[in-house]
Amino acid sequence: MFELLGIPPQALFGQVLLGLINGSFYAILSLGLAVIFGLLNIINFTHGAQYMMGAFVAWMCLNYLGINYWAALLLAPIIVGATGIAIERLLIKRIAHVDHLYGLLLTFGLALIIQGLFRNGYGSSGLAYQIPPELRGGQNLGFMFLPNYRAWVVVASLAVCLATWFLIEKTRLGAYLRAATENPTLTQAFGINVPLMVTLTYGFGVALAAFAGVLAAPIYSVNPNMGADLIIVVFAVVVIGGMGSILGSIITGFGLGLIEGLTKVFYPEASATVIFIIMVLVLLVKPQGLFGRAT
Amino acid sequence: MLTDSVKTAAASPGAAAAASVAPLLKLRGLEAWYGESHVLHGIDFDVAPGEVVTLLGRNGAGKTTTLKSIMGVMARRKGSVVFDGQETIQLPSRAIARLGIGYVPEERGIYSSLSVEENLLLPPQVKPGGLSLEQIFTLFPNIKERLKSQGTKLSGGEQQMLAIARILRTGARLLLLDEPTEGLAPVIIEQIGRTIARLKSEGFTIVLVEQNFRFAATVADRHYVVEQGRVIDMIPNAELDRNIDKLHGYLGV
Repeated sequence: MFELLGIPPQALFGQVLLGLINGSFYAILSLGLAVIFGLLNIINFTHGAQYMMGAFVAWMCLNYLGINYWAALLLAPIIVGATGIAIERLLIKRIAHVDHLYGLLLTFGLALIIQGLFRNGYGSSGLAYQIPPELRGGQNLGFMFLPNYRAWVVVASLAVCLATWFLIEKTRLGAYLRAATENPTLTQAFGINVPLMVTLTYGFGVALAAFAGVLAAPIYSVNPNMGADLIIVVFAVVVIGGMGSILGSIITGFGLGLIEGLTKVFYPEASATVIFIIMVLVLLVKPQGLFGRAT
Repeated sequence: MLTDSVKTAAASPGAAAAASVAPLLKLRGLEAWYGESHVLHGIDFDVAPGEVVTLLGRNGAGKTTTLKSIMGVMARRKGSVVFDGQETIQLPSRAIARLGIGYVPEERGIYSSLSVEENLLLPPQVKPGGLSLEQIFTLFPNIKERLKSQGTKLSGGEQQMLAIARILRTGARLLLLDEPTEGLAPVIIEQIGRTIARLKSEGFTIVLVEQNFRFAATVADRHYVVEQGRVIDMIPNAELDRNIDKLHGYLGV
């Protein structure tokens, strides 16, 4: 068996895969944040909590209603997305005309409340969620063992990210969204219902977070804090990629996951901080982010 | 008092011109504010169907704000704006657009994140009877060649053509054009003049904000003079020569 730089391939590719998995979650979550930031101009601090809600809804579907993983993958984003629509209509809309800092405070407060409620109801030790039977086991690729579920997570995230990119960049609906992001007043003056688009966009961004939560449920335990731990890294990813850039958040998400994984192989001590070091460097050299437009 | 009498005098010839047929657009006592700043103090004028009318006046007189208020873009406004028999002062801008009003804003409002084609197809069709893409490409052949470009990669003149072209598809019958000639070369201004004449011949009604009254004189039926948020005079285009000194006084040229 060959070795790369003195690292056994099992370890190397294992970490590459882990990096891609983490990158999948970074990509979907930062994509949702980017979509929301683009149109609403708020940094959605509730995003991590909404990711956690996705995982919990999947867990509840299975344990209370006997609804399986595949149905939950569809249902949880719809349910959590609907709560997002309610949050936008009842709360965020009311502060849309004041400084964006209030949006940040509001969504941060909401995140704490939601996490607190789930911690109260389910404790913080975590609940198990089984890998669906269709995706148990794995493939021996010769140089590494590839668990089926992990391959599925990477493929599913990539597909959802690319579909979202296509929707926004290549369709008529996406053109409305980009127009409303760039000049909401004029877009409205063409007869397009911008407030409705704002609501649906927030719901869609939240649904993406919930989708990531369902994907995560069988890998990490379903835990009220799972979002809070992840979201800090995701914000760093968003800063590196550039706020509001769709393709930028996808590429940066996967790329940074990969870099993090490789750091674990070559210099494990830095693996927890490498993303933040990159963030500092990017902020120094290109403050608008790698893919952000200068304002 | 003086302004009131002038206002009445200004409104009546307009009303007289439109007396034979109900006006398509009727403004009465239109007021508007930017935040606390009171910008329009009671604008009155009428536009008959098929007419081209310009709003002339100095910078800051309230011409652009008048168009924005008709379009519903000004958040705070009062008075009366009746379009095609329907009061619109309470409506949001998206509902006003859907009644059949097309808007070309100051500085054209071309979206940089959209291609030329996406810019062109963005405004939804609000009424039947808009121009087809073929008709639009006949009017503006440059646009057809640049469909895949980014919207703001076009020259200023092409952007202006695109800004006008995209509202012709929608079926809007009233077009509000805010300074379509601003910053453009004379040859492009001529082309825009021909386009406006062509649109008039096709039955569009047009309200045009202009600084350039020489251009306005080539396309308009009547001119309303706006000063300090009020309409202070109306000059039919046929009588423009006779009133040129007065107009110079109004515009400070």
